[in-house]
Amino acid sequence: MREVAVVAFAQAPSVRREDRRNEVEMLMPVVREALDACGLTKSDIGFFVSGSSDYLAGASFAFVHALDAVGAWPPIQESHVEMDGAWALYEAWVRLQHGDVDTALVYAFGKSSPGPLRELLALQLDPYVLAPLWPDAVSLAALQARTLLDAGRLTEADLAEVVRRSRRAALANPNAQLRGEPEIEALLGEPYLVSPLRRHDCPPISDGAAAVVLAAGERARSLTRRPAWIAGIDHRIEAHAIGARELAASPSTRMAAGRAGVFSGPVDVAELHAPFSHQELILREALRLDDGTQVNPSGGALAANPMMVAGLIRIGEAARRVTDGGVRRAVAHATSGPCLQQNLVCVLEGRGSA
Amino acid sequence: MPERCAVVGVGQTKHASKRIDVSIAGLVREAALAALADAGLGWAEIDAVVIGKAPDMFEGVMMPELYLADALGAAGKPMLRVHTAGSVGGSTAIVAAHLVMAGVHRRVLTVAFEKQSDSDAMWALTVRTPFQLPVVAGAGGYFAPIVRSYIERSGAPADVGIQVAVKDRLNALRNPYAHLHLGDISAEKVAESPMLWDPIRYLECCPSSDGACAMVLAAEDALGSPDAPPAWIHATAMRSEPTMFAGRDEVNPLAGRECAADLYRQAGVTDPRRQIDVAEVYVPFSWFEPMWMENLGFAPWNEGWRMTASGATSMNGDLPVNPSGGVLSSNPIGASGMLRFAEAAMQVRGQAGEHQVDGVRTALGHAYGGGSQFFSMWLVSGQKPER
Repeated sequence: MREVAVVAFAQAPSVRREDRRNEVEMLMPVVREALDACGLTKSDIGFFVSGSSDYLAGASFAFVHALDAVGAWPPIQESHVEMDGAWALYEAWVRLQHGDVDTALVYAFGKSSPGPLRELLALQLDPYVLAPLWPDAVSLAALQARTLLDAGRLTEADLAEVVRRSRRAALANPNAQLRGEPEIEALLGEPYLVSPLRRHDCPPISDGAAAVVLAAGERARSLTRRPAWIAGIDHRIEAHAIGARELAASPSTRMAAGRAGVFSGPVDVAELHAPFSHQELILREALRLDDGTQVNPSGGALAANPMMVAGLIRIGEAARRVTDGGVRRAVAHATSGPCLQQNLVCVLEGRGSA
Repeated sequence: MPERCAVVGVGQTKHASKRIDVSIAGLVREAALAALADAGLGWAEIDAVVIGKAPDMFEGVMMPELYLADALGAAGKPMLRVHTAGSVGGSTAIVAAHLVMAGVHRRVLTVAFEKQSDSDAMWALTVRTPFQLPVVAGAGGYFAPIVRSYIERSGAPADVGIQVAVKDRLNALRNPYAHLHLGDISAEKVAESPMLWDPIRYLECCPSSDGACAMVLAAEDALGSPDAPPAWIHATAMRSEPTMFAGRDEVNPLAGRECAADLYRQAGVTDPRRQIDVAEVYVPFSWFEPMWMENLGFAPWNEGWRMTASGATSMNGDLPVNPSGGVLSSNPIGASGMLRFAEAAMQVRGQAGEHQVDGVRTALGHAYGGGSQFFSMWLVSGQKPER
């Protein structure tokens, strides 16, 4: 495969409600920052691809307006996935394999604040037999957490520990939405939102946007001192029917990780898209991470979870740690669908000395 | 250098205004099973699934690919969901082809669908959001002024649209999958049908359809059944431009012209009118045939209508356009673009049945979307591309 690297990443601070700016206005400074970071202009980009969801915006063709954030004139080579931006990055990585273009701009945006997100996500379910029951996203996640607790695989204190680490890590992340230094006892003293999940076990509702620049081969080396090379990237989906799945594990993550080469070396840092606290523990196991791996130094999705963006942010955060020189090998993960139905795994490597 | 990729299986549903006999899953599976059977392959021989459709509000299911993973045998495989407005059927096929060309997968199933009867597309296109231009009248109301502009600047006679409407419906009579089978179609009938958005009459519009299309795409070393002749993909291209800005030519958009030029350059086509034998072009309203003839370089500016009027685009003409009956005869929106791509493949494989054009070597599949701003195209041939 052709060598492709992340050469720039930018994100808008995730906020509970972005009232003053629409999606285009949120994206524009982010796209500008990403391009400036690697010294490119729009006309240097060979391929554009984005990820978003019409249902968040409450309008059909919501992504069409977002074209204005990149200025599609003269006309551009462009595509869009109705998925998290991590999958848009995957499409860009495939496109760069052809050899005729060397650079790609990937962007994602999502404002969850205008609608009732918990109920909205029920519309992702089988429209004939499941969605009419309106099982909301938190309740489905709670079922998943319950299977883990019932199996004795973890305790509620383990969940609180995930939250404590996320909040603490987010203290160093200016783009995070929730940060702090909560005590385990205090977390466990909070009431259940949907048993066994407390409010802090669930992701915040976030508005956000992010952009990544990819470049191939020599072009990547010329654009940044230390590119974050994509050593492997793969994604897998599982069956949809909740009752047909093994909720206490993530076989699709395990499979994608194997294909992406996660297990062929040590992982210094992992950015996991685990919107619910118990899902971080499922993903750690699927990715076979041990204490030698620093997990979610950004705070992860418990600290900021802009829908359609949070997965791309994981790749950007992991890449940033490689680019900055401190990390040799990082893993980024993105998820989509109820209870981790679909998962993407990306291995990023720095080469040579930091 | 990309790897060679071919269409080795094509499937589509019977398109109809209401397919109440199937669920959404049943609809896409009908097309997918037909494509697999055509390719002589089973689910286990598919490496990945790429699905596309127009806005989720057209059915009222958010990101329906999650729910459709089971029906499309995608569990344990990669699944991508493409959405590029009306061009999506074409873009989806291109994204799938690129997975093979990039050497990531050997065989990819690509599917596109719309089940419009599950919701109300007019409503879904009319939701008001703050600070955005509402498209209150649906697609016809949006495109009618562009058609008027075309007629004004080209001096086309008023009945060219009617000719396209009749021609495509006559073609559809030879296509068993087409939604509309209007046995008594005539110029008089079209002319007498109600004027919906001047100059677009009722019978100059596409129908609202339920339907799906699927293709199996394979690498050179994974073609599968020798009974399934390959349609080799010689070129793919996509272009996008903004919806509106002062001075934008919406009649003959630059994105479409550049997309076609890129396509032809990749395939070594210097004279598209001579070198392309049949074209499946996205014509949702009759007048878009002459407009796209110009945009695609088949006719000089302002003379596309002469091609249509001369009969050049009919089944017996030198460039048959939409022998399947086109979007004017079947419009499952998300699938409409893929149907153009699939019908082009069927023509070069010699498998178009009663609407087969004789001696087809090279065929064009074309789709567009948004405000005439998103374009996707491919060129297929029975001949393997040279390296």
